[in-house]
Amino acid sequence: MTQVKKRVVVGMSTCNMAAGADEVFDFLKEKVAGGLDVKLSITGCLGMCYAEPQVQVFDEDGTRHLYVGVNANRIAKIVDDHIIAGKPRDKWIVKYDEGDTQKLMAKQERIVLANSGIIDPDEIDDYLAVDGYAALRTVLEENDRMQVIQTVTDSGLRGRGGAGFPTGLKWKFAYGYENDKKYIVCNADEGDPGAFMDRTILESDPHAVLEGMIIGAFATGADEAYVYCRAEYPLAIKRLNRAIEQATEKKLLGDNILGKGFNFHVHVKEGAGTFVCGEETALLASIEGRRGMPRPRPPFPAESGLFGKPTTINNVETWANVPWIIRKGAEAFAAIGTEKSKGSKVFALAGKIKHGGLVEVPMGITLEEIIHEVGGGTGTNREVKSVQLGGPSGGCVPRSLFDTKIDYDEVNKTGAIMGSGGMVVMDDTTCMVDVARYFLNFTQIESCGKCTFCRVGTTRMLEILTRICDGKGVPEDIETLEDLADQIKNTSLCGLGQTAPNPVLTTLRYFRDEYEEHINDKKCRAGKCRELCIYEITDDCNGCMVCAKNCPTNCISGEKKQLHVIKQDDCIRCGVCRDVCKQDAVIVK
Amino acid sequence: MTIDLALIDAIVTDKGVDPTRAIPVLQAVQDKFRHVPLQAIERIAATTEMTESQLYGVVTFYSQFRLTPVGEKIVKVCHGTACHVGGAEGLTESLESRLGIKDGENTPDMKYTLDSVACVGCCSLAPVVMVEDKVFGKLDRKKAAKIIDEYDSSGGSR
Ligand SMILES: Cc1cc2nc3c(=O)[nH]c(=O)nc-3n(C[C@H](O)[C@H](O)[C@H](O)COP(=O)(O)O)c2cc1C
Ligand code: FES
Repeated sequence: MTQVKKRVVVGMSTCNMAAGADEVFDFLKEKVAGGLDVKLSITGCLGMCYAEPQVQVFDEDGTRHLYVGVNANRIAKIVDDHIIAGKPRDKWIVKYDEGDTQKLMAKQERIVLANSGIIDPDEIDDYLAVDGYAALRTVLEENDRMQVIQTVTDSGLRGRGGAGFPTGLKWKFAYGYENDKKYIVCNADEGDPGAFMDRTILESDPHAVLEGMIIGAFATGADEAYVYCRAEYPLAIKRLNRAIEQATEKKLLGDNILGKGFNFHVHVKEGAGTFVCGEETALLASIEGRRGMPRPRPPFPAESGLFGKPTTINNVETWANVPWIIRKGAEAFAAIGTEKSKGSKVFALAGKIKHGGLVEVPMGITLEEIIHEVGGGTGTNREVKSVQLGGPSGGCVPRSLFDTKIDYDEVNKTGAIMGSGGMVVMDDTTCMVDVARYFLNFTQIESCGKCTFCRVGTTRMLEILTRICDGKGVPEDIETLEDLADQIKNTSLCGLGQTAPNPVLTTLRYFRDEYEEHINDKKCRAGKCRELCIYEITDDCNGCMVCAKNCPTNCISGEKKQLHVIKQDDCIRCGVCRDVCKQDAVIVK
Repeated sequence: MTIDLALIDAIVTDKGVDPTRAIPVLQAVQDKFRHVPLQAIERIAATTEMTESQLYGVVTFYSQFRLTPVGEKIVKVCHGTACHVGGAEGLTESLESRLGIKDGENTPDMKYTLDSVACVGCCSLAPVVMVEDKVFGKLDRKKAAKIIDEYDSSGGSR
């Protein structure tokens, strides 16, 4: 009889590893080699990136203990006290039904992230044990392609890559174009700089994405696929390749899948670091080995896509929803969400937020609930000022509109877009003009240069925004920005140009006073634009000297327990003193 | 510098010769040489169905490719949205002064190259720096400079 052992599961995603999980894992591996009698394995990301690395200890009776913030010191104590002596270290354990973690988990609805941080992404048996590939079996068993498409249509699933196009309809188009060769493409380019949903899904549950793609291929009649993944995600690529190998061994991929005479082959293609390649036609050009320049549509990829063949292209998260929909039925999915936006959506919370990480919430929940309940607010004594949705194509939604529901159409009304799921939270130390300048700088660099207004217009907008941030703005600048924005939107071929002005337009709409202050009063209230602010220390200073120690130019002087002073001539207005001051004694003028 | 053309030929044999293979071939070349030498482009064009203009066009379009040599370790400061809001500019400034070079340059001893990237997908740990494939999160000016100290004192292996 095999003895039941304790199990120790270490979170090994890029985020966990950046926080030090690999050292924790190596330590445990050595212990096991030295005789520690536990079953050691890895898993992906639980979404609680703010409290990584995470280690889950399962007792012999199956009780789960989730340890957070596990560093080299803590793991040694966990091994001694919990694993060897059987006394859990409660101080480092979090529970889903208590405190902050309860708030974080209560409003979530996990479909795509159900297995994330639970199963071992490198072991197909783990996925099979949670009903993995059951949807594929059903689909092949029933052998009714149109029925699959109908189910996906009825579920109301819309593309998670940003545009929100109905997935079932897209599949139906591809189904309708007769051809001896059709392709499937998985868009894993994740270009929004501030988003990491797709990376985490691929690292934590790659088989769910593969299963979705196989089902899509069967339904539309494709026999070959490409996953186009950013090169910045080496671990995601590694895990995906391993998943493909294992699925092929088990006859779930390759020729004659499950003996049903259906063939399907998947290749992984590394992207080469260009935002516009996330756009579907540019992405296809890139797979074909050319420069990734978008082309006009129609023809849409469903008709003429990769190598001129009918191609169904969906985002990572879209694919990962498919197995669940087939298993649980269209109604179960459609029961979640709003009238026009069904199911759940994964969001990547980052910026000035307490619970930075991944959350999956039902559509229809408000921004307020996501940011203040699930996300825990800023976690400092500063107020949330705005949240950026949709990256370079999106916009900044002000606090006053946080009752907006997560729904493709509702979010559009604010001038932002739902986007792929990046949410960067900003507080009063963030300058909204600088944020607009940041995004324009991004799109200006990433514009492929094909359309004149996108190429030159974004450059002109960037020049104006830079001028405003440097204190050289003139009152007419605002109107010129609006004018250029309008023209770029109307004359660009692809979504990059059509949406590039959004960050500027939304900040102009909701934070116009900040622009006016920059231009008329030569002032940046956030303390970000260096030419437009002065840092000063108030009487609240208790002389703790922390600011002086951290100042990169050593321009703060003062004795211990005495008021400190900033020497303005040497100050570069980097804001470090304000960040480190515990007394809130550093102010911006 | 002249390069060993046999290495290029081996890559082509491995990755393929038709024009759709341009990006994987160039990626393999860059993996080997840490940049794409012009000589490699000439050789690939001479031995495959790809042309010099196609290859050059691809290399200059994608930000991943470099035509000039880089240091042993590429230090990439993330300038994605979350990192920008979290103070990425300060990290670049700090690393510039620690390494004595500007963003985009190599140190004279060719040990480091300082570079900027847009998001490495660890936004919840912003601001972050990536050295080769390793990500360092929750940094500030001091901690960023310290990463270099650690690499220096460990002789480059961490
Ligand atoms: C400039 C630009 C960048 C894009 N980047 C991405 C991306 O990184 N990931 C993605 O899935 N879709 C991206 N898209 C959307 C794709 O063009 C396409 O709509 C999507 O892959 C379709 O899949 P879905 O219907 O499942 O969302 C981008 C679009 C544009 C215009
Ligand atoms: S913004 Fe820096 S890792 Fe995403």
